[in-house]
Amino acid sequence: MRNPLSKKIVSIEPSGIRKFFDIVSEMPDAISLGVGEPDFDTPWRIREEGIYSLERGRTFYTSNAGLKDLKKEICRYLAGKIQVKYSFNSEVIVTVGGSEGIDIALRAMLDPGDEVLIPQPCYVSYLPCVVLADGVPVVIPLQQKNEFKLTAEELEAAITPKTKILVLPFPNNPTGAIMTKEDLEPLVEVIKKHDLFVLSDEIYSELTYKSDHVSIAVFPGMKERTLVINGFSKGFAMTGWRLGYVCGPEEIITQMVKIHQYAILCAPTNSQYAAIEGLKNCSDEVQEMRTAYNQRRRYLMHEFKRMRLDCFEPFGAFYVFPSIQEFGMSSEEFATRLLGEEKVAVVPGSAFGESGEGYIRISYAYSLEDLKEAIGRVGRFVDRLRNEV
Amino acid sequence: MQDNRKQILKYLETNSKADLGELAVLLGLEEAEVANEIADMEKEKIICGYHTLIDWDKAGDDRLNALIEVRVTPQRERGFDRTAERICNYPEVSATYLISGGYDLLITLEGRTLLEVSRFVSEKLAPVDEIISTTTHFILKKYKDHGTMMTHKSKSERIPVTP
Repeated sequence: MRNPLSKKIVSIEPSGIRKFFDIVSEMPDAISLGVGEPDFDTPWRIREEGIYSLERGRTFYTSNAGLKDLKKEICRYLAGKIQVKYSFNSEVIVTVGGSEGIDIALRAMLDPGDEVLIPQPCYVSYLPCVVLADGVPVVIPLQQKNEFKLTAEELEAAITPKTKILVLPFPNNPTGAIMTKEDLEPLVEVIKKHDLFVLSDEIYSELTYKSDHVSIAVFPGMKERTLVINGFSKGFAMTGWRLGYVCGPEEIITQMVKIHQYAILCAPTNSQYAAIEGLKNCSDEVQEMRTAYNQRRRYLMHEFKRMRLDCFEPFGAFYVFPSIQEFGMSSEEFATRLLGEEKVAVVPGSAFGESGEGYIRISYAYSLEDLKEAIGRVGRFVDRLRNEV
Repeated sequence: MQDNRKQILKYLETNSKADLGELAVLLGLEEAEVANEIADMEKEKIICGYHTLIDWDKAGDDRLNALIEVRVTPQRERGFDRTAERICNYPEVSATYLISGGYDLLITLEGRTLLEVSRFVSEKLAPVDEIISTTTHFILKKYKDHGTMMTHKSKSERIPVTP
């Protein structure tokens, strides 16, 4: 029989996180700090709206790019949130989560050999999606001394004549890093100078704890060369509803709608109706979740300081990214031993790219009680490791 | 209201047991700052007391909670206040509110038996001159009290490790 598989697909590694998931699932008393989704239920009014849409029999396809009312609400929301105005009928597409947005944006923009700059550590899907779209991923390793922000020098050094897109994943999973207006400003010049496009993944934009999120699209001349990816999973605690959106230049969105039309048709109808309620009436609920995350973030930073674990202070998303380099082992070894000896699951930084080696990702999408128990165990583990040396 | 005060109050509202040091860490304040702010708010009677939410049924202590609607003839110069204050003095009354709508005062009452509650209504409330009528409702089950769900949640179905 012929080989049924595509060489391109076979060459892509499965996500490194999977292995841990399999081990943790077998351990009933393990505490996991490895989750990348909110611990909160979706706010009740959103769920209720979803139920109501089913009762009303709204069980049909929507137009490919999404419900008009939802697209209008998205534009109104973004005009307030990031101060960028989009036209609802030509510059927005509603997708199946932010992740579909990443995929179809890259497919709409890349020709074979085009290079895409990916700052790492980062979410696991950019690199494989670039490969699937026949692009060439070029990794920019970010550094703790820069608080895992992307600097203009790092960007400049990675650009070649083939560079077409810069992926800008801030607030960042797994580091929790954010980029402020002052941090973005120097990048803008470099981006324009080299005529690059930006894929700005702003899925965690509701979750910042020092200053409000700033989108690179707000800088003069940047809206034309930026795709803003966002969605409802993180800020609105709607991961399972699978709903995201992309806003950007009509020229690109039109092509993305084409891929979406043939591959997906439309995002889930009842999720779309529910999301309208989220954008209209849930800012209080979102604020409450943000306050709770911020308290947990402060608690973790305090505890790390107490156990003298080196960790830069993150101001976004719901992750902290402490360094475990003092223990002289790989992050995978650290995570494996921590799971085996103290039954706490964390994700090794190396799962998010080579530059994540030497770090672990700890999620604080857990109740304070769970975090206390887990951090107590991490503290014991760290003490033991220090005594071994 | 100052942001610190609001944050402290929001926290204490659902967790009066908070450890001051921990509260300071969570809110990003100094411990002394939190302690002073709380002491001031106690003095100013912004913080009026610290209560504990108890499921008495689970504790095995039978209690009966009743809501009593009361219609009252207002008194010259004193309106409803004097009648309301008289009612408040009974220890079994846990709350008294002036209400807009079809009746005037709403009383929540805690008793041990049906007889005890009915005695209170017929012997203490009804004979008061200003009280025109009463309607008593008994609470059968508490689903949510003071913003807290009293029925217990099922375990989370989140997958333990996700990217």
